[in-house]
Amino acid sequence: MITRAEIAATACADLFRGSGAMLASSFGVIPTIGARLARLTHAPDLLLSDGDATLFADTPAVDRPFTRPEGHLPYAKLFELIATGRRHVIMGAPQLDRHGNQNLSAIGPRDRPTHQLVGARGAATNTANHATSYFVPRHSPRVFAPTVDTVTGVGADRAAQWGLRFHDLRGVVTNLAVLDLAGRDGTMRVVSVHPGVRVREVVAATGFPLEIPADVPVTRAPDESELHLIRAVLDPRGLRERELPEA
Amino acid sequence: MSDKRLSIEEAVATIESGMTVGIGGWGSRRKPMALVREILRRDITDLTVVAFGGPDVGLLAAAGRIRRLVYGFVSLDSIPLDPLFTQARERGDLEIEEYDEGMFVTGLRAANARLDFLPILAGLGSDVLPANPKLRTVASPYSDAEYVAMPALPLDVALVHVNRADAQGNAQYLGPDPYFDDLFAMAATRTIVSTEKVIPTSALLDEGSFHTLLFSRIYASAVVEAPQGAHFTTCAPDYERDELFQKHYAASAKDPDAWAEFQRTFLLVDEAGYHAAVARFHADRGES
Repeated sequence: MITRAEIAATACADLFRGSGAMLASSFGVIPTIGARLARLTHAPDLLLSDGDATLFADTPAVDRPFTRPEGHLPYAKLFELIATGRRHVIMGAPQLDRHGNQNLSAIGPRDRPTHQLVGARGAATNTANHATSYFVPRHSPRVFAPTVDTVTGVGADRAAQWGLRFHDLRGVVTNLAVLDLAGRDGTMRVVSVHPGVRVREVVAATGFPLEIPADVPVTRAPDESELHLIRAVLDPRGLRERELPEA
Repeated sequence: MSDKRLSIEEAVATIESGMTVGIGGWGSRRKPMALVREILRRDITDLTVVAFGGPDVGLLAAAGRIRRLVYGFVSLDSIPLDPLFTQARERGDLEIEEYDEGMFVTGLRAANARLDFLPILAGLGSDVLPANPKLRTVASPYSDAEYVAMPALPLDVALVHVNRADAQGNAQYLGPDPYFDDLFAMAATRTIVSTEKVIPTSALLDEGSFHTLLFSRIYASAVVEAPQGAHFTTCAPDYERDELFQKHYAASAKDPDAWAEFQRTFLLVDEAGYHAAVARFHADRGES
């Protein structure tokens, strides 16, 4: 049986479909499987880094080290690369609103948050400069909120308002569905629901109205060779099932 | 040429309350932790701290030394959040100036170049702007484009830790990433360089190519030899992060009694006492 985590990993890989030579960055196990699966299948020119300072030519399992360097990418050069636009990042999102505005900073009032998170990080830089996607392992109204407490990653509405010409929000992959920002006025739209998921479950788990096409397709399953790559090459120890357990 | 070697006490004694202090490294990576510990031992307070934050920010915030924090994130890397920092924020103790990382780097570059600001795309449309009323945008004179005018982030003093330095302050990193230590040094009026080892200038290329010479002595005002001076953050290739100790730090920070014990054992002692206590910590856990 193909698991929900495997569907989500394949959907993350599909976010990189059509990518040429650019840096694929990912946070979390499933987006990382996705980026590596994309490089091993339909997007062979992607660059991968260890998240530290090195670009690598090999594509190991997600819990194993890279071994064959192909370039030096310390943080200072990463910011220069970002400004060129040649990157697509899949970030996490503690909160996302219907326009794709993301909050990574803190939940609650700015001066005294109820939950301090990591901070602004590079979300504004990323969303202003290159393709950005999000991965949400637990699709819930707490994450998909009517408004986010602070905007770190810029959504489609604000990007239009500020004339951000390189803004490119590609997609949101969750444990239930794939979404994008192609709804009316740049709002969130259901692209597909994962096998076994009803559209109404997605609606119930989302804290704002979603645009729902008349016919919602089912998210594609990985083919045999993709499944082999996920299970035998990229994640033989099954970390994906811990990040996204079966419902 | 001047010999800039100072003891850690002498070097940190030059930091005054109220100063703007830039702290090099990144998250839980090559942080000048020995210099931070020496600040904690002294009556230095009311600081504006500018950092890609890690446990340096956690420790200074918990001790009430930071009036204002200028930052992009605070993380322990292998542990996503620093509990001391999150507690200080959730108590409402910290005045903050939060920038996106790209903006932050640009602010240091503006200070290096003695400019008021530099234009940058990052930040447009995000709440970094409205949260900081002093931030302005700037119109391009060549098109309709509008950019964030990222203000310079000048520093009174920068603290950085490097793998090697000579007595004059030529600083060398031997690990994978220089981080932004050179920018911090150039943005500061004075820079205190702590190093694993002070070596003769003639020995600087014994362990790394000249590409590893991060910044020159013209940006250094003091050199402090501080072996294990980045502990418990990583200082590769001299040593990796002390993950076991970092876990102990993070776990202790979550409980008031455990934190009091942590302070007694590791912070209310001098630098030699700190390293002795860390050695005992590992010995007690059955390591060599």
